[in-house]
Amino acid sequence: MIEAVGLTKRYGAKTAVYNLSFQVRPGTVTGFLGPNGSGKSTTMRMILGLDQPTTGQVTIGGYPYRKLSNAPRQVGALLDAKAVHGGRHARNHLLCLAQLSGIPARRVDEVLGVVGLQDVAKKRSKGFSLGMGQRLGIAAALLGDPQVLLFDEPVNGLDPEGILWVRNLMKQLASEGRTVFVSSHLMSEMALTAEHLIVIGRGQLLADMSVRDFISHNSADFARVRTPATEPQQREKLTAALTEAGGQVLPEQDGALRVMGLPLPRISDLAHGADVRLWELSPHQASLEEAYMRMTQGAVDYRSTADQRAGLQQQLPPGVMPQQQFPAPGQGQPDWYAPPPPQPQGAQPYAPPQPAPGGPNPYAAPPQQPPTAPAAPAAPAPADLNKPEDPR
Amino acid sequence: MTTPPPQPAPQAYAPQSAPNWQGAPGTSYTSPIPVTRTHLGHALASEWTKIKSVRSTVWTLGIFLFLVLGGGLLVSAQTEDLNYRDLPFTFPAFIGLLLGQICLITLGVLVTSSEYGTGMIRTTFTASPQRYRVFAAKILVFFTVSFIVSAGSILLVGLLTASMHSGPGVGDLSWGGTVFKGALYVSLLGVLGLAVGSMLRHSAGAITAMLGLVLLPSILPVFLVISRSTQKLGEKMQEYNAINSLAKIFGADGGSSGGSQVWLLVGVTAAAVAGAFVLLERRDV
Repeated sequence: MIEAVGLTKRYGAKTAVYNLSFQVRPGTVTGFLGPNGSGKSTTMRMILGLDQPTTGQVTIGGYPYRKLSNAPRQVGALLDAKAVHGGRHARNHLLCLAQLSGIPARRVDEVLGVVGLQDVAKKRSKGFSLGMGQRLGIAAALLGDPQVLLFDEPVNGLDPEGILWVRNLMKQLASEGRTVFVSSHLMSEMALTAEHLIVIGRGQLLADMSVRDFISHNSADFARVRTPATEPQQREKLTAALTEAGGQVLPEQDGALRVMGLPLPRISDLAHGADVRLWELSPHQASLEEAYMRMTQGAVDYRSTADQRAGLQQQLPPGVMPQQQFPAPGQGQPDWYAPPPPQPQGAQPYAPPQPAPGGPNPYAAPPQQPPTAPAAPAAPAPADLNKPEDPR
Repeated sequence: MTTPPPQPAPQAYAPQSAPNWQGAPGTSYTSPIPVTRTHLGHALASEWTKIKSVRSTVWTLGIFLFLVLGGGLLVSAQTEDLNYRDLPFTFPAFIGLLLGQICLITLGVLVTSSEYGTGMIRTTFTASPQRYRVFAAKILVFFTVSFIVSAGSILLVGLLTASMHSGPGVGDLSWGGTVFKGALYVSLLGVLGLAVGSMLRHSAGAITAMLGLVLLPSILPVFLVISRSTQKLGEKMQEYNAINSLAKIFGADGGSSGGSQVWLLVGVTAAAVAGAFVLLERRDV
């Protein structure tokens, strides 16, 4: 049982974690999600007493970590796979940790076997691959047979066999009644491993709910509707009809329509009523990944931009307009996800930021456009559709 | 420094926290293996494993032994019997120690700063949140190792020199004290390095700081005595710098046995260790 109350951590002017409160219960795998730099590792370090919270507190089984009398026997942690002295054998590394908490040396050989490192036990960990380092870190966490386990990005660098092993290991540990807290940004992995999710963005709690609830709260299941590509006017007709009926219609890049808020039979009926033929009408359930992206898209700190390679090009003499080059749609950027449907409880703390009126997308309006350039290169769909505003 | 609150046994956590867990699927896990209370002995065993399982220990101590024993034998062979009428038999070790002390300083710094450099410190402090205990164990283990190695090598040099030189009035000076004081001095320098390494958390920075601390006071007086205002300071530095202190301990200075120099280093080391303890508990890792 891990309990955080009003956890806040500031490094100078930067607030890494702000007013975070959550509970991690035993018996389930709890996933800890958030974009890079959202404060996951800082929170993990505060749980383990490595960093002192600026305000608030976090306890494990009712005690702050640094007050535990024999911490490794109660809490096992994998923080950083490379947090070992590279010059030491794997076995000696584990042995010195075991001795700190009075664990006998034969337990070291036992956990080396559990993680499959017995053959390299006498090899210096400097030569370990990232995956082997992760296994060594997991071995260190398991050393004390603890009731609470924390793993920070445990599957980083593991091969598929290793990922499957970690997944099963966590489920097994949780089924034994242990508290398992796993941070990751691999959504697909969390979807398979975790039952409960704690999501943070920019150091604040975004969600604390079961995986199933999380997906249904943060993803609008939608229907994909495709009208004959040969007749674009049918598409507009259908869009009008669906919108009129209360549906939310978004165009997709390949010309299909994404319809939310209307059941499939109703869409079919409306299409029939509008005399529009359909080439596709398919239901889509959002994945955890999509739900996560939708929730955190406003809280992402580090975004990539398209590489224009302008720095490599020859400087043109002043006054000459360079040939405008436009990035391919979506290049370097994840797709933008539509906002979730209105939620009954709680406001979304991170609504996608609206573009400032004075500072539009740098690609959207080049100062002097060649006449042939598309109006908005980021939007490949025809401009007459109700395209969502670009969030960037 | 905080001591853990009295807890009868960690199993007692379960009933205490049980109300919070109601409704959770499954029940809380309790390890069938009894949990022992940790103490300094565990940390000492751990640090002993650590110090003997890295190559830097072998290298630094190996070079130390090479310098002290090799240098000692060389000096011993070059000196005459008559020299030992007013010099202790351990004097040849002094030359080797002048360079060898840098090895012990390096090892002392590395004992802590290598953990910060590799990130191992997070693993260590996760395994033992009682940071003061880990640090105390580091100091004790390092001091013991370096004292035994340095005292042993000084003693060996003394015995070899005694076997090589004899004559009327030669070896009348008792040299047992020089073995103890010499080993204590260089080991304390190493502990000072360990404390500085813990405060600076950076191997190269801490080693440089320690070299400055050892070497600058023996160079600066040359310039300080020029000016009248700093003459006093220069003279004190001359008297208490590490090189001169070792010279006094080994009787090269005549008369003084270096007692006050050893005490000064004890004081400086104690202050640095205290500072390191305070920072250790306060800072984030």
